[in-house]
Amino acid sequence: MLNFIQQLINGLSLGAIYALIALGYTMVYGIIKLINFAHGDIMMVGAYVGFFSITLLGTNVWVAMLFAMLTCAVLGIIIEKVAYKPLRNSTRIAALITAIGVSFFLEYIMVFLLGATQRVYPADAFPTQTYHFSGLLMTNKDIFVIASAVFLMIILQLFIKKTRTGKAMRAVSLDQDAASLMGINVNHIISVTFAIGSALAAAAGVMYGVFYGTINPLMGMVPGIKAFVAAVLGGIGIIPGAMAGGFLLGILETMVSGYGNSLFRDAAAYGVLILILLIKPTGLFGEKSGEKI
Amino acid sequence: MELLKRNPAALFLKILILAGIFSAIQYMISFKILSTYYQMTLTTLCLNIILAVSLNLINGFTGQLSLGHAGFMSIGAYVSVVFTQNLDAPFLLALFMACLGAALAGLVIGIPTLRLRGDYLAIATLGFGEIIRIILYNIEAVGGAAGITGIPKLTTWPWLFGSVVLTILVINNLTNSSYGRAIVSIREDEVASELMGINIVNYKILAFIVGAMFAGLAGGLYAHFFYIIKPNTFGFMKSFDVLVMVVLGGLGSTSGAVIAAIFVTILSTVLQSFPELRMVLYAMVLIIVMIFRPQGLMGNKELSFKILRRKRGEAKK
Repeated sequence: MLNFIQQLINGLSLGAIYALIALGYTMVYGIIKLINFAHGDIMMVGAYVGFFSITLLGTNVWVAMLFAMLTCAVLGIIIEKVAYKPLRNSTRIAALITAIGVSFFLEYIMVFLLGATQRVYPADAFPTQTYHFSGLLMTNKDIFVIASAVFLMIILQLFIKKTRTGKAMRAVSLDQDAASLMGINVNHIISVTFAIGSALAAAAGVMYGVFYGTINPLMGMVPGIKAFVAAVLGGIGIIPGAMAGGFLLGILETMVSGYGNSLFRDAAAYGVLILILLIKPTGLFGEKSGEKI
Repeated sequence: MELLKRNPAALFLKILILAGIFSAIQYMISFKILSTYYQMTLTTLCLNIILAVSLNLINGFTGQLSLGHAGFMSIGAYVSVVFTQNLDAPFLLALFMACLGAALAGLVIGIPTLRLRGDYLAIATLGFGEIIRIILYNIEAVGGAAGITGIPKLTTWPWLFGSVVLTILVINNLTNSSYGRAIVSIREDEVASELMGINIVNYKILAFIVGAMFAGLAGGLYAHFFYIIKPNTFGFMKSFDVLVMVVLGGLGSTSGAVIAAIFVTILSTVLQSFPELRMVLYAMVLIIVMIFRPQGLMGNKELSFKILRRKRGEAKK
């Protein structure tokens, strides 16, 4: 039982990172119906910005996270304007291939500029402390990751539910044409969505660096796909669904590697994805919607 | 036979050109004019053509974005190696079983996933491809992560050439048949083609199986040329490579896929010492082609003698 709770704690930290990335996926999908394959790589860029902010500018982790979020918000907007906007009226397969292209572009431009080697996140920026609660182990990194993820999610929920822009975002995701008839600037809202999603991914990137200690230019690929699985698990386009999906997937993965075979950890995530797509493609939180012809 | 009736001269010319290419390269190999390095490039070229043409059937003609092509290739590679190495089977049988194995995998994966559309299908096939890789990774009987080494080198130029011709011939005939018309109509509009009485699920699965089968063939040939196979060779990156060729050549053009496969292979050989630059270039090609010419460079046009003749005819007027 103790072991189970311990695994649960580990799973929550991993899940928090997945959930933050999944939020960006789900928000972008909700608005322009595009799987932004490059989302995991924006997380990677965020991790690097955080890394350089700590090592070169000597900032602390919080400032580094803020830097990363701002940079990636801008990056997200640029990517949308340059690569996705011209394709808004073309087929979905074209948009998807472009997204794959953007993903590889980000990965290999970083390899090209910085080399493919791993970089070690400065350990003294966030010294590890371990707490013991009656046999359970918890580090301050766990608390850092979970607390900041929950904090960002609360902010996001407040933003979407309480502000005018948030309302406009919900309107655009429901019906783009109707929203634009109501005087909402759809292009502006799409930019805002990309900015917020990318900023969340950047925060996840810094957390990833602090939590796992090393970063490399290809680190975004697998967490990106996993986060997408999380978004589908919760129901793509649904924000609370992405949060729940992220935590669920994180817990599932740590359980599989804790109790079963760690080599099958990734297979479990893909298996979940396929099962969900086959049984309930709208996800756990999704409602069935008829197909419009 | 019908082709012969329609235009015996063109058919004869085609056979002549093919025989010419075949014997020219065979001559260069036999008399060691082509170095091992160039032979390796030639093999990669042929494999890429098979992969691109077969993926084009799924992605281009049927319009179903599959990202699991490397998975089928790995099944073909492993199955064929088990047959030649463990069972001492002749190469032809091994390749046949490779095709069969990959086609079966295509059927098993296709039946559930082809109900999905567009991006969901892409991600599901990606997931299946990765699952195949992880499973191979964990089977100790086929070497686990280290893979299999010391595979006999059976893939020679006649095998490669024959396989390329067979692939193009089968897929060309398929797409020009009534089946092909049905497949293309699915790409254009699923609902409309269903209303025309086309069983879209069956046709999608057919395209998927045929595509997977030839990926398996490429896998079998690959394994018996490069001595070694390991699960990580057949990762997502391999599928992506093939996708670049298909997109570049034109979604729905077999000759486009062939040309793009040749072009990409030569490009990556030239840029071999700068692998990251190569990937940056690939990525930019994907983005730029999609923005400015989403149907690919060739679109759904085919390069054929007909065009040449028409051009000549117009010039005469």
